[in-house]
Amino acid sequence: MASDVLMPSSPSEAVALFGDGAATTVIGGGTVLMPEITYGRLTPGRVLLLTNAGLDTVATDGDTITVGATTRVDALAELGIDGLTACAGNVADGEIRSQATVGGNLCVGQGHEAPRGDLQGALLALDATVRSAGPGGETTQSLEEFLPHRHGRLVLDVSFTRPAASAFAALEYPHTHEYTVLAVSGTRTADGTIRLAATGIAGPGARLRSAEAVVSDPEAAGAAAVNDVTFADDALASAWYREQTLPVLVRRVLTQLEESA
Amino acid sequence: MNLTINGVETPIESRPLTSLLDVLREELGITSPKAGCEQGGCGACTVLVDGEPRRSCLTPAASVDGATITTVEGLGTPENLSPVQQAFTHHYAAQCGFCTSGMMMATSAYIDSGGTDDREAIQHALGGHVCRCTGYVKIIDAVAAVARGESFDPNVTAAGTAMTNLGGMA
Repeated sequence: MASDVLMPSSPSEAVALFGDGAATTVIGGGTVLMPEITYGRLTPGRVLLLTNAGLDTVATDGDTITVGATTRVDALAELGIDGLTACAGNVADGEIRSQATVGGNLCVGQGHEAPRGDLQGALLALDATVRSAGPGGETTQSLEEFLPHRHGRLVLDVSFTRPAASAFAALEYPHTHEYTVLAVSGTRTADGTIRLAATGIAGPGARLRSAEAVVSDPEAAGAAAVNDVTFADDALASAWYREQTLPVLVRRVLTQLEESA
Repeated sequence: MNLTINGVETPIESRPLTSLLDVLREELGITSPKAGCEQGGCGACTVLVDGEPRRSCLTPAASVDGATITTVEGLGTPENLSPVQQAFTHHYAAQCGFCTSGMMMATSAYIDSGGTDDREAIQHALGGHVCRCTGYVKIIDAVAAVARGESFDPNVTAAGTAMTNLGGMA
């Protein structure tokens, strides 16, 4: 079956064509969905291809940064936020990063053999908000609220406030596999609040609120973090291994944040 | 759809979501981009899209309508190899050769963007490319040599032995 491919030329046209999103597949850079189509796992009927939709603008207003949905992953490194730069730089490789989009990374589903959506952790730690269109019209909600409902909505942009400090630590992936095994992101705001989030777990990225409650004691924070997530168990790493590793990554991120005081 | 491929404007009849790789290989018979993993993991299909290295297997044709595409066929000819091809030949940077097209396109982009002979920078630039013969040392030697502006007699390898030209191979 041939797909009906729509290529909007403005954000408003994209929203209008997306409508309530029913039976519509959205393609940003294509890095996640093209293999699905090539291998026949996905045969989309109606496709919204966002190449020319004008959703790739990055705007800065004081300390508030708004990143359009089809902004390339590698463009995040230009914002000068250490943790976000490190997280974005850990996504796949340079060629993929220059094609993959921020919106696609937020909306990606669980991978076949590994968790996906590396940017979710860094953006959760930034307490980002997501503006999206779909059933019920346009809404703006926190990324944490958005993630469970990400399928069926069209991301327009993501906004966050430049933090006082930010950090990232990841379990390195083996050479031939480019999905993050497990990663922790952290930020400290101007008033000293520390937020932590993990990716590489079962399901989308998640805040580590139990760890956040005891950040003054990195050992305790690391130990508490395992209560905030369900661990993925896949070919990259067992759930047991991830559970042993998460406290280490939490401690590393807290150390980095302390050192950037 | 239209693409300018290796300097030739070419009408494209494939469907919009056909991968650029399939457009090149199946519709047009341009076979230097290799269909390796076809899921973005190996780099064998990398071509230049408007000068930037891109995985052609991950790129929907409609998303590059009107773009300029460069493949190995556009780098040089068997009689007049490009500096990147000369260096890969001289340094024996191809073993089985399956990754070589992608490696050379990524190298061309790296050199064009002012890349140096710093081995770590080269590893970073070629980070998305897998050589299952594990010939990375020779590949990086070749890229570093191009970055230094060295040119070679493509009929002689770095080991001083004569290179047999098998003819017609890009």
